Amino acid sequence: MAQIRVENLRKSFDQFTAVEGSNFTIDDGTFFAMLGPSGCGKTTTLRMIAGLELPTEGKILLDGEDVTLRRAAARDIAFVFQLFALYPHMNVAGNIGFPLKCQGMGRREVRERVQETARLLRIEHLLSSKTSKLSGGDRQRVALGRAMVRRPKAFLMDEPLGALDAEFRHLMCGELRDLHDRIGATTVYVTHDQLEAMSMADQIAVMNKGRVEQIGSPQEVYDRPASMFVADFIGSPPMNFLRFESGLRSGDRAVAFHSVSVEVPEIREDHTSAPLALGIRPEHIRFADAAPVRGEVFGAEYLGTTQIVTVDTAHGRVAARLPSSASVRIGETVGLEFHSERLALFDVGSGLAIRTANEGIARRG
Amino acid sequence: MTAVLTKSTAHSIVEASPRAKAVAGGLVILYAVITILPLLWIVATAFKSQSDAIAYPPKVIFQPTLEGYVNLFTVRTRQTPDFIAKLPPPETWYDKLVRQRDMVIAGPSKVVPRFVNSLIIGFGSTFLAVFLGTLAAYAFSRFRIPLADDLLFFILSTRMMPPVAVAIPIYLMYRQLNLTDTRLGMILLYTAVNVSLAVWLLKGFIDEIPREYEEAALVDGYTRLQALRKVVLPQAVTGIAATAIFCLIFSWNEYAFAVLLTSGEAQTMPPFIPFIIGEGGQDWPAVAAATTLFVVPIVLFTVLLRKHLLRGITFGAVRK
Repeated sequence: MAQIRVENLRKSFDQFTAVEGSNFTIDDGTFFAMLGPSGCGKTTTLRMIAGLELPTEGKILLDGEDVTLRRAAARDIAFVFQLFALYPHMNVAGNIGFPLKCQGMGRREVRERVQETARLLRIEHLLSSKTSKLSGGDRQRVALGRAMVRRPKAFLMDEPLGALDAEFRHLMCGELRDLHDRIGATTVYVTHDQLEAMSMADQIAVMNKGRVEQIGSPQEVYDRPASMFVADFIGSPPMNFLRFESGLRSGDRAVAFHSVSVEVPEIREDHTSAPLALGIRPEHIRFADAAPVRGEVFGAEYLGTTQIVTVDTAHGRVAARLPSSASVRIGETVGLEFHSERLALFDVGSGLAIRTANEGIARRG
Repeated sequence: MTAVLTKSTAHSIVEASPRAKAVAGGLVILYAVITILPLLWIVATAFKSQSDAIAYPPKVIFQPTLEGYVNLFTVRTRQTPDFIAKLPPPETWYDKLVRQRDMVIAGPSKVVPRFVNSLIIGFGSTFLAVFLGTLAAYAFSRFRIPLADDLLFFILSTRMMPPVAVAIPIYLMYRQLNLTDTRLGMILLYTAVNVSLAVWLLKGFIDEIPREYEEAALVDGYTRLQALRKVVLPQAVTGIAATAIFCLIFSWNEYAFAVLLTSGEAQTMPPFIPFIIGEGGQDWPAVAAATTLFVVPIVLFTVLLRKHLLRGITFGAVRK
């Protein structure tokens, strides 16, 4: 069990910088998700923590100990790969016992530990089967078993559910979180799937273009995105942005959105006149005939309990999540009312959130 | 109209029609006959008498004899019938066979040491080429090597001219280094030629093995070399087998350099076999016997590894 600290971590391949100056600490026992689009550097960061890649600059500390230049084998961490990487020339028991065999543990002890691990994962009946005969979920369990059997300081998982089908992924999410709670080991989990990250993680680091944009709990990341990228990446459909230009003063409770005044959470910083964006989650929009911001209904997606209605306004298209009971006609003109305490403001130039009463703690890490 | 329709619906893209199957089967059989017939002829010729071997029209049915093999393994001298009559009775069946032709055995021929040379040089160079090739291919496949593409091209470029084009420089070099007519020299030469093939073939195979396997092993406590040996190699067996067969076939059959660089001690079978023709008339049965024996190790090696070879050739074509 360990705390993982990453200091000024940077990695470049020739001209391309994959990871730029990352700094974060993962506390002991945390389920930490690194979330971002492909190519954002999350896997590279994970591989550097694992020791499969050497950083160009920066430090990695495991429990306060500098392991930056240490071999992967000497770091006492376990890695679960997306494609499981089960050794095809060994059976399930051979795969799970492999790390112990590497350490030179006696045969009987290995067998006991393998049995114990298999019991924990409920795959005892598979121990003597060939890995190629297993289903995706069972392969995943074997891969987890191989990671757990050594009782490592930390688990690093690189999109471990990426190769499973959707239904099974959901089931494994639950199992993984349950397993984490039982073992209590620090887990670093890389994914591009926001649902996985939101449903499992204690802390999420949202990455983009090699930078960590925000670190926070799932609620923080969703409710108080630190940047337009985070706001856009998390949430489905993503946060709506309505552009306008205005200056801001600390203490304001409304902004001049084009010719309309829109109430927002109390603004906590002064801002010279610049292109801004009003960020609104789809579920924070209601239709109200009297509302001054108006638009024409473009389409509606029925999702069962809710529906996503897209509305063309003079300042851009907006998606609203409405109860599916609301009747909506395509082409009709509607007024949009915003849930003012939940609105966010962004500086379009830097992409960063403007501090408001809604925002509080979370800032770019 | 309806007939056309049923026909087109009955047609499957996966299953070949019976006629197509018959044609394909026929072609394969025809090809097999064409390629196997000369081999069979050689095997048969080895059991013919010298006159049967050159009979015209060619004899398909003949009285089999081991003369060809006896001639291959022995050196004989011709004697007058009187001299032979005065000798003590022949001790062995081959003594008897030779005396029927008015000859006596003077000693063993050089075929056995030549064959041993071929085995040592062929398998030695194959082992070396595959060994070095595997290490190089692994490095090219897994590490970021500066100028990797250029290096690979350079390695391949050694194969772009006929090897004989460099025969003279190599001959001079070998003379300086006292490597002419040594097994070591031949092993080094064939290894050098084969290594380029081995690197390219094996790189393809190793590229196909997901690197996660050895990364998993690295995290689990292996060193790079252990991971290569215990995790990568077992999965590359197919490719290694296929590569080994190709390398062995080349060094086993190589003729030009063998003629140029070996004359006695290190002579291999390919330059030795034509020499048999020269000794006392055209002894086709002996040549055929030598050829038959020469083919056996390659056939055995290929049959032993054929399971891998088949998979090796189609490896990478289908993603599992």
